Amino acid sequence: MKYIIIGNSAAAVGAVEAIRRKDREGSVTIVSKEPYHTYSRPLISYLLCGKTDEERMKYRPDDFYEKNNVTFLAGKSAVRLEPGKKQIELDDGSVLHYDKLLVSTGSVPFIPPAAGLERVEKKYTFLSLDDAHALRDALFQTAHVLIIGAGLIGLKCAEGIADKVGKITVVDMAPRILPSILDEEGSSIMQAHLEKAGIQFLLSDSVQSFSEKTAALKSGKSIPFDILVMAVGVRPNISLFKEAGGAVERGIVTDAYCRTSLPDVYAAGDCAQSHDITTDTDRVLALLPNAYMQGETAGLHMTGVEKPHDHAIPMNAIGFFGLHIITAGSYDGDGIVIANGPDCYKKFFVKHNRLIGFILIGDIARAGIYTSLVRNKTPLDTIDFALICQKPQLAAFSRAYREDKLGGKTI
Amino acid sequence: MKRVYVNEKWCLGCHLCEYNCAFANSGKDDMVKALKGVSIHPRIQVEEHDGICFAVSCRHCEEPLCVKGCITGALSVDNGMVSIDHDKCVGCFTCILSCPYGAVMPDETGHAVQKCELCLKNACGEPACVAGCPNRAIVFEER
Repeated sequence: MKYIIIGNSAAAVGAVEAIRRKDREGSVTIVSKEPYHTYSRPLISYLLCGKTDEERMKYRPDDFYEKNNVTFLAGKSAVRLEPGKKQIELDDGSVLHYDKLLVSTGSVPFIPPAAGLERVEKKYTFLSLDDAHALRDALFQTAHVLIIGAGLIGLKCAEGIADKVGKITVVDMAPRILPSILDEEGSSIMQAHLEKAGIQFLLSDSVQSFSEKTAALKSGKSIPFDILVMAVGVRPNISLFKEAGGAVERGIVTDAYCRTSLPDVYAAGDCAQSHDITTDTDRVLALLPNAYMQGETAGLHMTGVEKPHDHAIPMNAIGFFGLHIITAGSYDGDGIVIANGPDCYKKFFVKHNRLIGFILIGDIARAGIYTSLVRNKTPLDTIDFALICQKPQLAAFSRAYREDKLGGKTI
Repeated sequence: MKRVYVNEKWCLGCHLCEYNCAFANSGKDDMVKALKGVSIHPRIQVEEHDGICFAVSCRHCEEPLCVKGCITGALSVDNGMVSIDHDKCVGCFTCILSCPYGAVMPDETGHAVQKCELCLKNACGEPACVAGCPNRAIVFEER
């Protein structure tokens, strides 16, 4: 069996580890556009602030490829996929045949058109290790950095560079920060916290035009800057697959086994859609845990093991300047606010006797117990919901559940 | 593989497992010096509610969601044991988000996580919580 994986991040690693659990003989090849050993992209902000380094950013040990008997084609891009011939063509002209192919090409930064952007010399995106290197090299102690985008990427970037520059201004079209993971109340708590750390926000505003070192905003404000970071968002990197005639929506359409519309072609990670069980919709869940688990599902299925990826939910754990956020699920309905203070917020979203989502800011201890309620669609009338709302605890579950999980009936 | 299992009805709620855990992982050889006057950060926690009590620590799951979700690769499975590499951990807490038992927690610095590693990385060699449990409410065995 010949397995080829395009991409070299979490989904690819998940696939390799799954394949090798079942098949030690088949040949596995990873085609990686980036020339680096597999590394964790979410760590680039930690790299800039010195909380990790390139050695510790490696997502798997140095012997990963060797130990798993993987042919690692570093610095090569797949430029064409020919599903009829079951082959891919690389940028060096070589052609590789596959029996099973995984497309795990990730995402690419989305840069909206803006007048004069081409005149800005020092402009950066913030997704890859190369992006982090380029930005790091441009920083200086008195620099004024303008970040476009108050989402996860823009704000992690802000945190990562905060002590290396003079001033950071974040502009976003949305009226609040982190709208993809927080509700309005949560956003305002985090905004106040980030402002205390010196980050300035200009919300409900956007750039009308750039000159080399100035942004003219729709509101009429003029913002001078030294360095520009474009962190508006990312888009699934689906062009290779789409050009081959595969079915795409926002991302590559996949089933519960991560199969695509093309025979023997699978997709996983930020380029692919998952079925979000909290909204019952197929959507791109661009999250590292989801990427790993999709890759694992695909890898297993390639070897003949049918283990569906059927517990996918949006979920995030992220912190800014010491204040942590853990969220999961979707936020339909009014929600139940359990705690609401300056650095503490806790809200639950309940629908049809199920916890479908939650937001925690500050006290995040044992949050995974809440996540399990969302992921397992636990009927809330089978647990002591009032008790678990106060704090996550297994005491709120039935004795039978505890005997099962803690007493070792099953693990 | 051998795991720490809970016999809920035998738990006295004495919290000795927490103290023994904190001592075993303190790196000190005197329990008084290790624990006196400090706030302890054990990797096992006793839950108490309405007359019931029991200890919770890592289950070393066969399909560990914490390992699968770890963004750095700091968590891994080592001979069946879920192991944490503190040097790699950046304290993003994705594992805390993922663990259905609430068995991964920030360490005392708050910048990385800690969890039960069955005392295989400290001087005890096998779980100190179990060794010190006066009523066999937690046991270390193959099942």
